Amino acid sequence: MIRFLGHRLWQSIATLFAIITATFWIIQAAPGGPFQSERAISPHIREQMLAAYGLDRPAPEQYARYLGNLLRGDLGLTTKYEGWTVLEIIGSAFPISLQLGLLGMAFALAVGLPVGIIAAARRNSPADWVPMALSMIGICLPTFVMGPLLALGLGLKLNLFNVAGWYGWSDRVLPALTLGLYYSAYIARMTRAGMLEVLSRDFIRTARAKGASESSILLRHALKIGLTPVVAYLGPAMAGMITGSFVVENIFQVPGLGQHFVSAARNNDYTLLLGVTVFYATLLVAANVVVDLIQAWMNPRVRLES
Amino acid sequence: MTDVSSVSHALRSPWREAWRRLRRNRLAVACGTLLVLIGLACLLGPALTGHTIENQNLALGATAPSAAHWLGTDTLGRDLLTRILTGGQVSLAVGLTATLVSLIIGVAYGATAGFLGGRTDAIMMRIVEILYALPFIILVIILIVVLEPVFKTPQMAWLVDLFGGEGQIKLVVLFMVIGAIEWLTMARVVRAQVMTLRQQDFVAAALALGVPKWKIILRHLVPNCLGPVIVYSTLTIPAVMLLEAVLSFLGLGVQAPFASWGSLIQEGADNLETSPWLLVFPALLFSTTLFSFNFLGDGLRDALDPKAER
Repeated sequence: MIRFLGHRLWQSIATLFAIITATFWIIQAAPGGPFQSERAISPHIREQMLAAYGLDRPAPEQYARYLGNLLRGDLGLTTKYEGWTVLEIIGSAFPISLQLGLLGMAFALAVGLPVGIIAAARRNSPADWVPMALSMIGICLPTFVMGPLLALGLGLKLNLFNVAGWYGWSDRVLPALTLGLYYSAYIARMTRAGMLEVLSRDFIRTARAKGASESSILLRHALKIGLTPVVAYLGPAMAGMITGSFVVENIFQVPGLGQHFVSAARNNDYTLLLGVTVFYATLLVAANVVVDLIQAWMNPRVRLES
Repeated sequence: MTDVSSVSHALRSPWREAWRRLRRNRLAVACGTLLVLIGLACLLGPALTGHTIENQNLALGATAPSAAHWLGTDTLGRDLLTRILTGGQVSLAVGLTATLVSLIIGVAYGATAGFLGGRTDAIMMRIVEILYALPFIILVIILIVVLEPVFKTPQMAWLVDLFGGEGQIKLVVLFMVIGAIEWLTMARVVRAQVMTLRQQDFVAAALALGVPKWKIILRHLVPNCLGPVIVYSTLTIPAVMLLEAVLSFLGLGVQAPFASWGSLIQEGADNLETSPWLLVFPALLFSTTLFSFNFLGDGLRDALDPKAER
């Protein structure tokens, strides 16, 4: 187990290093630099600004300095929000995105798992095909259609929630719902498929023959193995949630990290773009290690394969 | 005698067998037909609606569906049906072009890695894994941000003129960038297929005869991967269209004067309270198209590879 963990950690660090290096050099290749497209600035002021950000140095030196600063946890200054460091922006915006993501995921699991388990247990009954047909619609409606529709229905027509902003607890409902619905549908389908696969195995028949009750078969014998595909999906789902948060934060005017990433892209704020990418990469790589560990704990075969 | 050989040929041809299986799958056939109809409507429709997308009527503004404007008008008084069909041209063009780009890169990359094997394969697949670590949309956004100013430099002016303007070049950049990112899964699919093919006798025979490696890849391995490649391409089209729509929704993709289903949905979301039809109709057509591509892809998978698990 420790060797497995060590191997995965080493791989993750190599991956992260490669991502940071590639992103740095790609952004370095952009012509002009951050102060190019603004109102005409006199040359000597631009020179001073470039010097202040260390952008007047040769590229390899900038790269070495960026890596060094990164090790000390310094992601540099943003070029558009004057006086803010990239880290301060991430620090103020990420907790909001994290809260949104966790609420969305909690909703997805709270709805998806029970629906999937019940559908598998009551196969080919209305409790199976009604939710499964609904989940197909949930998967086919993109977030940016679902969000405005929910805002129209629950926000404007029924007047239950505000359609924009991030102040009280009721403001969390619509964004989290929009983000979570797609995943609840997907998780319900995966849970059903995983459980059905396990329920047809021999050891379930043995358990049944020995007189185990239906609920004990479902929850004690089948669940742990039946959920393996869902756990494996949590890594990709986390990446999907980042994409989703770009859209959801845009629709509901949530001041999260996704909004900052998109506006950094619109404003050519290269240091912020690079910093947030590095942050997302670290987050996802770490999440994947955690998911791998959970998988190895749940299913010893995964451990042996790698 | 000729009869017998033609019959046995008809029975053995795997493509004909696959076509027969596909036709029996009613859902896949319905989705395929629907896609052809949507494609034709987007191609021919804008000329037949009797309105043009340049035709603004500010006095009219946003109106609900009526006899003159079947799907209503947008805030500038433009006919929504015409705009949706014209936007469909862009959305479908993105889907097809970017998928073609991803297909070329993915097949070449996957076939090379799978055939050469060993250390080359390990390094090539490691690169794919690294690119997989980030969501595609982040890579696409970074590439767009870097590439767009490249085309504003004087050295690139000739290329901009070649494509007919800055708006057009932005579209081309979008097509290429999405295609340049979406090839990863295709490469994995092709590599897996090539690795099993490589073990077979006809490849050993070709090697023994001294056929160069690139020729073996091109002439013997790639044609044998066609089944999975077709299936996966069909599934890549909706993924690409969704990515384009998200980018356009965020204001980073297709921009005025051009429109795509993604940017139309974004306009609709902005005017949801006063004119909901601006969101509902583009969203309906967009979702139907994604849905159809996915089911057609599933049908093709069942038809071309009956053994594959779903």
